[in-house]
Amino acid sequence: MRDGRSLPARRAARTVTVVVIGAGHAGLAMSHHLATRGIDHVILERGEVANSWRHERWDSLRLLTPNWQCRLPGLGYNGPDPDGFMNAQALADHLGHYARVLAAPVHTHTTVRSVQPTEGGYRVITDGGDWRCRAVVLASGACNRPVVPSLDAALPASLCRVTAFDYRHPAQLPPGGVLVVGASATGVQLAAEIHASGRPVTLAVGEHVRLPRRYRGRDIQWWLEASGLLDQGPEAVDDPERVRRLPSPQLVGSDDHHTLDLNALTVRGIELVGRLVGLSDTRLQFSGSLSAHVAAADLKLGRLLDGLDTWARESSMDSAVGPPERPEPTHLPVAPRLGIDLARGEIQSVVWATGFRPDYAWLHVPVLDRKGRLRHRGGVVEAPGLYVLGLPFLRRRRSSFIHGADDDARELGNHLAAWLARGQRHGTATSFSDRLEMLSNEI
Amino acid sequence: MQTVERTIDNGVNVTALLDARQALAQAPEAARFTWRARCDWVHGTHSRTVIEGFHGLGEEQAHRSRFAFDIDHPEVFAAEDHGPTPVEYVLMGLAGCLTAGIAAVAQNRGIQLRSVKATVEGDMDIQGILGMDSDVRNGFDAVRVTYAIDADASREDIEALVAQSQKRSAVFDALTNPTQVEVRVK
Repeated sequence: MRDGRSLPARRAARTVTVVVIGAGHAGLAMSHHLATRGIDHVILERGEVANSWRHERWDSLRLLTPNWQCRLPGLGYNGPDPDGFMNAQALADHLGHYARVLAAPVHTHTTVRSVQPTEGGYRVITDGGDWRCRAVVLASGACNRPVVPSLDAALPASLCRVTAFDYRHPAQLPPGGVLVVGASATGVQLAAEIHASGRPVTLAVGEHVRLPRRYRGRDIQWWLEASGLLDQGPEAVDDPERVRRLPSPQLVGSDDHHTLDLNALTVRGIELVGRLVGLSDTRLQFSGSLSAHVAAADLKLGRLLDGLDTWARESSMDSAVGPPERPEPTHLPVAPRLGIDLARGEIQSVVWATGFRPDYAWLHVPVLDRKGRLRHRGGVVEAPGLYVLGLPFLRRRRSSFIHGADDDARELGNHLAAWLARGQRHGTATSFSDRLEMLSNEI
Repeated sequence: MQTVERTIDNGVNVTALLDARQALAQAPEAARFTWRARCDWVHGTHSRTVIEGFHGLGEEQAHRSRFAFDIDHPEVFAAEDHGPTPVEYVLMGLAGCLTAGIAAVAQNRGIQLRSVKATVEGDMDIQGILGMDSDVRNGFDAVRVTYAIDADASREDIEALVAQSQKRSAVFDALTNPTQVEVRVK
């Protein structure tokens, strides 16, 4: 591994066939598959390997997937606790180990300032010199920036506000009540942790995905993987964009494998309210749609469990697992509050658990749609030689999981290799429609 | 999809709706609509609203005919009861919106509906509108919609229809979420 800080700031651009941006699990998986094919490449990493896991997550975070599932290309988990859940540090160490095993060409402490199209490829400008390459793989992750509702700017300055990106532990917050906004895995975990610190917590709940940690004696991730659900691709669903926008499921990785759904939060004494939708003078307004969101999440969970039961029966797994079970419906207060007056002092902090988004500010290639999302199909970006990895539901439901990187990186690596070979044969860049055609042939 | 369209008919042209969705993705500005109602005071608490034109798809549009509605209050309000109350029109709007959604979603999911009946109730403490107690709001404090649906589908699938319909309902959204409302004098 080379440290970008030791390089001179500017010199003639170096040349490489492929630049991979980001040395997380996705970038390393791609490096593995490029190396297997003998394609020369570098991985540019703004910090250290697994930088987001080391520096951009809260202290108590543990993976939502069990250790046995954290497979990387050529490296399975063989530690002492396959059913446990790594914390962020353990995963970062695991990825660091993987990078060393691969001898991956990672340039650490090298921040990409710009990616620009050039004749026959791209110029990648970094704070440690420039690179010219034929192809670029974006593996910088889906969670580079917190999504913060515009309402944030209207909140009184006296209120402590923190995003899930900046949150580390409850002691960051002043004493007093906390409103956690968002009921994804992040929201429910932060709500539970902050409540355990002695602060009263209100959780604003919009659309959410309810999952039990364990089902019929097995981890829910085992079910999702074994039944083939995680292999489902975008072509198998009506509206892939809707799936991509889904919040992460209400799960936590813990030693006791407990479920952390809304009922579990209610039992602990956390108050549920509807989605945060407005501020009128000093009054926070919550949507009256809480029961609709809860009913939808319960229905979807029921449908999922029905599907898993059917799969278990048809694949003769019934004897290997416990009997079917159904969780209690989600219980709501009779009349969830529709507003809280901030002037009354009940709420001292707001925690935005309202999602993350990728950061493409440095990507100077016209491939973003009007909402700032990359235009791509299955990771083949709408610009020749540009690829992306690790986004939700990129090629299959597991695409954003650690163990989702292997298949995606292999297939996109195949595509990339074919594209490089065609470019060499014809001496010209392949059109986007040709590339899509190549891709569909592979799938 | 072809088979579904031949055998299932709830009278909703889902293909046209899905095509519109695709077309509007290319021209999002055409998706801006403005709905309009013109109201004339008649006498007492009686007024009449006429609905005719609206704006959408980048131009002025019109209903196939002009619709007129009387709005009034019942005799217990010392009024002449020439028509439903304004709040009953709101309930009517909610029921109509959710029911249209159910038909469309059912069509899209290949579910044949035989009957869809909704009962809508809105609770209100009129101490609010009478200005008797400032702690009581003017509007509904709770709204309940109960559906009885007869269709070729399981109970779960019917519940999913109703859930999806709420998710895409303009009136459900208007009732459950705040809206900027400005009332001016010309």
